[in-house]
Amino acid sequence: MAILVTEATRVVVQGITGRDGSFHTRLMKAYGTPVVAGVTPGKGGQEVEGIPVFDTVREAVEQTGANTSVIFVPAPFAADAILEAASAGVELVVAITEGIPVHDMLRIMPILREKGVRLVGPNCPGIMTPGVAKVGIMPGQIFTPGPVGVISRSGTLTYEVVAALTRKGIGQSTAVGIGGDPIIGTRYIDLLKMFEDDPDTRAIVLIGEIGGTDEQDAAAYIRDHITKPVVAFVAGRTAPPEKRMGHAGAIISGGEGTAEEKIRAFEAVGVKVAAIPAEVADLIAEVLS
Amino acid sequence: MKLIEYQAKEVLSSLGFPVQTGILVHNEEELARALDQLQTYPVVLKAQVPVGGRGKAGGIKLASTREEALEKGRAILSMEIKGIPVRKLLVAVAVDIQKEYYTGIVLDRRNQTLTLMVSPEGGVDIEEVARTHPEAIQKLPVSMRDGLADFQARELAFWLFDDRKLALKGARILKALFHAARTLDATLVEINPLVLDAQGELVAVDAKILLDDNALFRHPDLERRRDMDYENREELEAREAGLSFVRLDGNIGCCVNGAGLAMATMDVIKYYGGEPANFLDIGGSSRPEKVVKALDIILRDPRVKVIYFNIFGGITRCDDVARGLIQAFEQMKTKLEGKPVVIRLTGTNEAEARSMLASSGLPLITVETMAEGAQKAVELAGGTA
Repeated sequence: MAILVTEATRVVVQGITGRDGSFHTRLMKAYGTPVVAGVTPGKGGQEVEGIPVFDTVREAVEQTGANTSVIFVPAPFAADAILEAASAGVELVVAITEGIPVHDMLRIMPILREKGVRLVGPNCPGIMTPGVAKVGIMPGQIFTPGPVGVISRSGTLTYEVVAALTRKGIGQSTAVGIGGDPIIGTRYIDLLKMFEDDPDTRAIVLIGEIGGTDEQDAAAYIRDHITKPVVAFVAGRTAPPEKRMGHAGAIISGGEGTAEEKIRAFEAVGVKVAAIPAEVADLIAEVLS
Repeated sequence: MKLIEYQAKEVLSSLGFPVQTGILVHNEEELARALDQLQTYPVVLKAQVPVGGRGKAGGIKLASTREEALEKGRAILSMEIKGIPVRKLLVAVAVDIQKEYYTGIVLDRRNQTLTLMVSPEGGVDIEEVARTHPEAIQKLPVSMRDGLADFQARELAFWLFDDRKLALKGARILKALFHAARTLDATLVEINPLVLDAQGELVAVDAKILLDDNALFRHPDLERRRDMDYENREELEAREAGLSFVRLDGNIGCCVNGAGLAMATMDVIKYYGGEPANFLDIGGSSRPEKVVKALDIILRDPRVKVIYFNIFGGITRCDDVARGLIQAFEQMKTKLEGKPVVIRLTGTNEAEARSMLASSGLPLITVETMAEGAQKAVELAGGTA
């Protein structure tokens, strides 16, 4: 089963002729992901890695049956690319692009909701269902199929935790990078619900960081709706206030969004919080046994 | 990017917003000229610094005569506020304040909108008002597609202002505020206080704007306003090199790929009793010139005793990363003298990478896990900083 990315996934890569787009298309294909089409306006008719390139997503969808788009389009044009995918009828859009203006995201989010199209990201590493397919840029070799669902705002920190799980012989059902921006398409709560409903998932890892209040909202949701064990890690206990820590969304502002308040929120609802990333795998091993 | 008072007022004024009259000066001479030009007293002398709490620190003073203004202005220009030397002073015509309001457009992450916030309790910290009596604040999430409708602005304005005529004027101001946020790609446009003066006019007496760095490509004119007097030069230099850097107070320099992992690395150092000297995300690339730049910036702080590299080679191969690092260390050899470098490198081909680093002849300490590396770095830095 897994979530979001399954055997039914058929991927169209927007921005496939670019450096990152073509590189990761190769890796996605090598992992066994059915990449069926690429899109770069003006470059229709070409091929990349043996995959047909179209001028529009609509054409790509009509001719190949693609149902999932992954976006490597540069930031100034990425919001439009997301809307194009949503209008062309794909069900899931995964935006890898970093640096999309906040106002662009504020503008397109209500449109996506209206159309019922799910966006993951932007500024995220994508989605990995080990052994099935990967949509995005996560390194395939560190994953192994298993019962743990992973949700994270950070790329490399996800890899760190996943690699530790895999080393312990604990596999993952699906790992979802939700992105480090202040405005993102899919949030903890959406994915907690999906993992709760997924029979392949027995425990959930939630990796948060400073900035915003989504972790607090997730804690409240876990208290009311989640029966599966959840283990969390929150990065940024040592982060100074009012400083952006790499991710556009990782900033403690007006005293809000500290790691401490997030950790307190999780602990208050019985979620085990790892003190350091390495501890996540230990805590998961405990809750699974 | 933050626009402090004088910049925010300039920008708002250019968008047709009523702002307090004032002149920006850098020294006593300019101050004297500004006073001659304004020809009116009292004036308010306001330190222009990118931190809050100016008033409490003595950075805002009223002066009723030229002599008094010169004396107080001189004093403020020689002040430091929260460690930042005051390099700019705004000389503003004092407004006869009848009442102070708060108006602001803020990014509401939870609701994924811009929210218009107003309060009749202006001139004080709005977060404090929110904590102590939230009923004194009205919030309205505004649709980015439909914008702020006239009637919405009126509804809020009739709540905010007692006087009917004033409310109609205020509604236009709220519209202008939203227009400004939209035009500027701002995540915050705050006018606090918006003042009702003795003539019955509304005027912005203090303002602050936060611009979305990711949208600056659409606003080269705003980018040019970057105030180099107050910009953190190290952070700017790092940004230009494609690095994300924040200086901290500790003695363990951190060099990490990925923002989340970089934050977690700082946390793990602290967990083992050490103090990180910085946040640094070198991004996905291990290009030697990037690593050299990163080391160069980190080592400018003489407090740094140890460097900790924590690299998760996700897609990139670790042996490639190791090659880049060795090249960079060769170039930085003299600067690194006496500063041990702990390296944790994991991912594809990590064993090869570790043996390459170990046999490079460079004084590198290779470790296997993030926690082990942090412990080692803390130990080498002499325990708790």
